[in-house]
Parts: sequence; structure tokens; C-alpha cells
Amino acid sequence: MASTAPQTAVNMPAEWRDFLALTKPRVMTLVIFTAICGVLAAPGTIHPIIAFTAILAIAMGAGGSAVLNMWWEADIDAGMKRTMNRPLPGGRMRREDARDFGIFLSGVSVVLMGLAVGWLAAALLFGCITASAEIYTMWLKPRTPQNIVIGGGAGAFPPLIGWVAVTGDITAMPLLLFAIIFFWTPPHFWALALFVQTDYAKVGIPMLPVVAGERATRNQIMGYTLLLAPIAIAPWYIGGTSWIYGSVAVVLSALFVILAMPVFTRTRAEVDAMTPEKTLFKFSILYLFVLFAALVVDRVAAYQGWIA
Amino acid sequence: MTPEEEKEFLRRRKARNLVVAGTLLFFVVLFYAITMVRIGGQG
Repeated sequence: MASTAPQTAVNMPAEWRDFLALTKPRVMTLVIFTAICGVLAAPGTIHPIIAFTAILAIAMGAGGSAVLNMWWEADIDAGMKRTMNRPLPGGRMRREDARDFGIFLSGVSVVLMGLAVGWLAAALLFGCITASAEIYTMWLKPRTPQNIVIGGGAGAFPPLIGWVAVTGDITAMPLLLFAIIFFWTPPHFWALALFVQTDYAKVGIPMLPVVAGERATRNQIMGYTLLLAPIAIAPWYIGGTSWIYGSVAVVLSALFVILAMPVFTRTRAEVDAMTPEKTLFKFSILYLFVLFAALVVDRVAAYQGWIA
Repeated sequence: MTPEEEKEFLRRRKARNLVVAGTLLFFVVLFYAITMVRIGGQG
């Protein structure tokens, strides 16, 4: 895929801002946020500089896999309105530079994590980059409509890695944080895929609405939303958090189900603003931010002795 | 290369060099700090 696009003659050195744009800084905010939450919510102590380095390494790893994703998908990006102005399809940068930058960033992130924090966290980061850049981008995304489920797995690593950076071992709680993002991703992304469906169809990416139809997509959104609810509440009923997180998780999950219902039950009209799908997509982002913030508030409250 | 192009070329190269220099400096400071923490046995 990466070899078929026409090479744009670029004589000028690429702007550094274009290198930064390759790392998908907006996606990275969620990665950094969930990683920080993983670090803050984990039991135990970590030196602030080591914690900062762990977050930096996770951000660099996420950036590196985003760069490799953009390098591999430059042809696909060129065909979609949303992505056609990215540095590579826009012809502002040589492909090899993007590829080398992505490999460099990924490699440095793993080594930095290993040296400064620990090799278990580094191994997980390596797994995260591999899952995202290789398994998701190169193998699954062009082959199966369940691509986004594995993509979600790659995106679910940051809080797990953040937690492991503090504790040095993998327990039920960090695995639950992983599972929350894993099951959150399909309804989040398929809601988006429903209203940008035409773009994905045009470039031949087998997104679920394209290959299985809207009905199947709406069913799957509902299915994953119902699966997500007990998993999001699980940290509370296994005793990993207090009622603070528990009540937030219950309210948010109920809202998620309520907003997913109209997406599940309706069918697209001739002229359709796709309002329920857009609302669900926007809410899903808020859901994850608030849920993880509640996890941190819960831990702080426990440390301060505000709750039993 | 026209004079305008050359000016743009130099501007971009200088901007990139400054960013690379800043990044390297940042990592020098970071690794110094990490080393101090690890030597202090708090890592």
C-alpha cells in the first residue's frame, strides 16, 4: 500500500510542524490523559520525574505508531476529505522521512521506558506500538470489518502501561482499565463510521457499515455498549474503587446506553442529519474523560482519607 | 532555486535545527534528572 502512491517531488525540507502533525496530537491528548490516570490511580508511589518520563514514553510511542499509520495509509488518506490535507497526501513531506521518523520515535520511546521506568512497562509499550502500527494498520484494517476492535485494543494500552509503571506488575485493576477502552472503542468509532460512511466506502476500507450494512453496525454498537457497562462498573464491585467512581460509572454507563438506544432502533432517512450518531460519538469522548477523571478523584479521596 | 525559494529553504532548515537542538537539550536534562533519581534509589 505504501509503495503505490505517486511520489511528490519535494525539494524543500519539511516543516517541523508537519512532523508534529504526523503524530496526531489531538488523538494523543486522550492517550496522555488515560496514561496519567493510570499512573495516578495506581496504588504505590513513583518519583515525579520517573512518572513524567513514563507518560512521555507512552506519548512518544503513541506518536510513533500514529506516524507509521500515516506513512502506511497515505494513499487512503488522500482519498478522504477528512484526511486529504495531512502532510503526506498533501505532498509536504517525503514518505521515507515519515517512515524513519515513526520508527525512530517508537524505538526511542521503548528504550526510554525500559531504562527509566522498567522493562515490563517497556514490553507493554512495544506491544502497544506493534498492535497499533502493524496488526491494526497493516493487517486488519484493510482486511476485516472487526478491524476497529483490535485497534481499540492498541488504544487501550496507555492506562495499563501507566499503572504498571507504578506497580511493576499486572493485576485485575489495570486489566479492567484496558478492557474499558477496549469495549468503548467499537461504539465510539462505529458511531463516527456511520456518519462518515461515504468516505470510507470510497477508499475501500472495510468499515462495518460499508461491508455489513448499517443494521449490523447499529446492532453491534448496542451490543458493545451493553458489554461496556458492567466492565466500567467492575472496578467498583471488585473493591478496587469506592462509591465515588462507582456512582459516576453507573450514571455515565446508563447515559451511554440511553444515547445508544436511538442509534440502535432507528434507520437512516433519505435526508438525514445523523444527529443521534453524532451525539453518541461526542458523548463517548466525554464518557471516557469523565470516567477516568473519576478514577483519579476516587484515589485522591482515598489517600486524603475523605472516604473509608 | 529562486532567491525567494532559497530564503524559504533556509528558514525551514533553521526552524528544524532549532527544534532538534531544543529536543536534544530537553533529553540531556531529562536523562540527567533520571540518573539522579535512580542513583538516589527512589526510582
